[in-house]
Amino acid sequence: MAMILEIAAQALQMFLVIVVAPLMLGVTRKVKARLLRRIGPPVIQPYRDLWKLMHKEAVLAHNASWLYRTVPYLTFAAIWVAAALVPTYSINLIFSWSADLIAIVALLAMARFALALAGMDVGTAFGGIGSSREVLIASLAEPAMLLVVFTVALVAGTTQLSAIADHMIHGTVGLRVSLGLGLFAFVLIAIAENARIPIDNPATHLELTMVHEAMVLEYSGRHLAMIEAAAALKLTLYFSLLVCLFFPFGIATGDKSAAALALGIGTYLVKIGILAVLLPIGETAVAKMRVFRYPVFLGGAFATAALAVFLLFVSQGF
Amino acid sequence: MPAIVGLLCVAGLLAIAALAVVLGRKPIGAPVVYGACLVLSIAGLAAALVTLTGNAPPAQLVLPIGLPLLGAHFRVDALAAFFLIVVNAGGAAASLYGIGYGRHEQSPLRVLPYFPAYLAGMNLVLLADDAFTFLIAWEFMSLTSWALVLAHHREPGNARAAFIYILMASAGTLCLLLTFGLLAGPEGNYAFATIRDNHQPASLAALILLLALAGAGSKAGLVPLHIWLPLAHPAAPSHVSALMSGVMTKVAIYGFIRIVFDLVDEPAWWTSLVVLALGGITAVLGVLYALLQQDIKRLLAYSTVENVGIIFIGLGLALAFRANAMSLPAALAMTAALLHVFNHLLFKSLLFFGAGAVLDATGERDMERLGGLIHRMPQTAFLFLVGCTAISALPPLNGFVSEWLTFQAILVSPLLPQWGLKLMVPAVGALLAFAAALAAACFVKVYGIAFLGRARTPAAQAAGETDRFSLAAMSILAAMCLLAGILPGVLIDLLSPVVSLLVGGRMPPQVGLAWLSIVPVTESRSSYNGAIILTFLILSGVLIAMVIHRFATRATRRSAIWDCGYPDPSLATQYSGSSFSMPIRRVFGITLFHVRERVDMPRPGETRAGSFHVKIFDPAWLFAYGPAGRAVWAATGKLNQLQFLTIRRYLTLVFAALIVLLVVVAAWR
Repeated sequence: MAMILEIAAQALQMFLVIVVAPLMLGVTRKVKARLLRRIGPPVIQPYRDLWKLMHKEAVLAHNASWLYRTVPYLTFAAIWVAAALVPTYSINLIFSWSADLIAIVALLAMARFALALAGMDVGTAFGGIGSSREVLIASLAEPAMLLVVFTVALVAGTTQLSAIADHMIHGTVGLRVSLGLGLFAFVLIAIAENARIPIDNPATHLELTMVHEAMVLEYSGRHLAMIEAAAALKLTLYFSLLVCLFFPFGIATGDKSAAALALGIGTYLVKIGILAVLLPIGETAVAKMRVFRYPVFLGGAFATAALAVFLLFVSQGF
Repeated sequence: MPAIVGLLCVAGLLAIAALAVVLGRKPIGAPVVYGACLVLSIAGLAAALVTLTGNAPPAQLVLPIGLPLLGAHFRVDALAAFFLIVVNAGGAAASLYGIGYGRHEQSPLRVLPYFPAYLAGMNLVLLADDAFTFLIAWEFMSLTSWALVLAHHREPGNARAAFIYILMASAGTLCLLLTFGLLAGPEGNYAFATIRDNHQPASLAALILLLALAGAGSKAGLVPLHIWLPLAHPAAPSHVSALMSGVMTKVAIYGFIRIVFDLVDEPAWWTSLVVLALGGITAVLGVLYALLQQDIKRLLAYSTVENVGIIFIGLGLALAFRANAMSLPAALAMTAALLHVFNHLLFKSLLFFGAGAVLDATGERDMERLGGLIHRMPQTAFLFLVGCTAISALPPLNGFVSEWLTFQAILVSPLLPQWGLKLMVPAVGALLAFAAALAAACFVKVYGIAFLGRARTPAAQAAGETDRFSLAAMSILAAMCLLAGILPGVLIDLLSPVVSLLVGGRMPPQVGLAWLSIVPVTESRSSYNGAIILTFLILSGVLIAMVIHRFATRATRRSAIWDCGYPDPSLATQYSGSSFSMPIRRVFGITLFHVRERVDMPRPGETRAGSFHVKIFDPAWLFAYGPAGRAVWAATGKLNQLQFLTIRRYLTLVFAALIVLLVVVAAWR
């Protein structure tokens, strides 16, 4: 019985992230539209889009291979599993130990690997350009992300997300220079990884600066729905990760009573809701970058995170 | 007993080599030779596995061969047994692959006799228990592989590759010779057992470590001693390339581990700084260089350089921890390094086999002339994809596990007391993270250009699936990659006798843990479970696909390529390998590799063809080997004039030399 409840709690998290993910995307779009003095689509528009795409027939190029048809599901599965393993409303869920933070970063890398391959499957210039730029961004963002992982792991003495969140709440962490630097680097990385301005523009289509949209240009129907859903999930995952690593207050830590869980879910939704409002405000304040400026942006993230790690190696007190 | 089994395998392999000289020209030759190699490799593998799992104390065996009165010593301890597993597993896979692949060999007599001899040489290095036998076996291994590099000696570049290889191999052996000379001490005892009892002062131990690093590193491919590797590995036939990349570099790493962790007294902590720095630089430069290649086999060879760097990072961490008497973290780092040795064997052999299958089917190694092979060679394409995923360190395959363990070892290193290490280890960690991300980019490029897209040449268009022996060899390796990825606990436990032999500690036992996860230190610190990740991936992927197919739609229509409304039927409009790596080339290559791009664009109205040239310089050639080569050339040019003197001048020279020598002798006394 206890086992069933444990599994149910894990399943709740798994479905919680998938249900709120399109909503977060809808909120960011709505806020952005309001900031640009447009009315914008309703916040539930992403759900409608996904519903519509899922029911449309998928159009494949004549030379599309099995890889092209498998990748949308694989990408979605990888990001979904990663998102389900990041603590949202409670720590120490039953499968929380099966992947630590490094493994979650690697799962995201796997989703990107698959999608970059799919971009090259049909053999078009657009797919190639998207994949090529995606791996450039990844080759800069992933090491920076791992350094952020090192930072929090060195502060908390573990790479287990549950244990990190627990340490951040109960331990005597306080305000740390290293965590501040890590948070700054994490935000830059999250912007790059989710294809947001100033790295990429999720709203553009026929523009030579686009990255993610170029890579998935050939996709349609249910395959495109999977990729869009995966992108929304990834955004939610980064929100959850930021909340879990740096602002875990409110999360259910000890007993899993209904009140604690409800409080956990409530605070989680409020926190990621705030992030979904802050993101478009930041986005409207800056302009899109040229491709060859990316290394400066991400190199900044890398250097900041590296500084945090160096400080922690020098002394655990930073 | 196992030393005897190993020696019998070696003798058997040498006998096959002799037999191959006779059988070489007959069509039955290749299957017989490779089949016999397969049987002997499996026998050696089984014997080594029994040795590693059974805890019998290793027995020494002295045979009256080699130097008179000294004899040849052989012994198989846990370390040798583990590397015998690596060599024989690689040998067995390459032999199985060779049964199919070897049939297309143009000049079988140039390959067949050397292949078993090469395997025998590698086995013998691991069996050796004295310096003399070790060096003889080491040279035998080098020479047989050199002969295999020269197998296709008429192809352009191969002769030069073999020349550079033999030069670097000789220099490496010279370093090892000096290492063993120092180890043997003034009494000159060459048996490993007596070397272990010798005690060196700290400075001498450090010198021995550096010499071993140069000697074994030149064979393993440490930057800047890697230059022969991307030339020689692609030149050999593909199954030999797999052996050279997947196995021989590991024998070199065995040499380093044997000398540094077993024979010599514990060197000072600062030596680990050198190993760590070289490992980090090797990992990043190797993969960056691989990203810029167009030749699949050369790219794989550079990727080997990267992986050797990752292994040396693990070894450097183990050295640092051992120097501070931290046996548990040392065991973690050493396990990570050894696990990566095994994992790299699996996926690099798989990838070289795949490249060989492509070469066999299309006659092309240049990926700019391939494309669309996923349609023509579906099984090879799938297996190659497994290899690409594994080498890119992506879960749930095996490459991820060893990199994850290395990261865990890095995360316990703030406990190290020395400031040098406190600053070096995070820098190396950043380099390792960087190398891992670039490796994924590199293998997206290989797979995307060679196997996906549309066929760029008629040769790629006409390719067909490879033979069933090659497919069997690749399938076994791919399955092993998956198994090692989801059940790493078994391997970690298997490695524990090796690790405790080397660093005096071991990781906690893994096999009994719940759900088969691995826990390097404690559960609250970190754990990983590949099997659960794989199950979740499959379950969620299948679940979502079934839901959509059942409740939404499963309708599919085939149509022309869309390409945003402007599809171009020309095959040349696809992304090419060099355009794929262009952003990374621009970002990292300009300063590191002195990349120079030259675009020649005809003006409107001109009818000549446009052109684009990229020039990449290896910094090692630019700053070390180039100047050295020119200096040797200039010196020999000067000395050459001595050949054309008159008799009087020769007599003067002889007289002058005599006087100088007499003066030297007089001064000496």
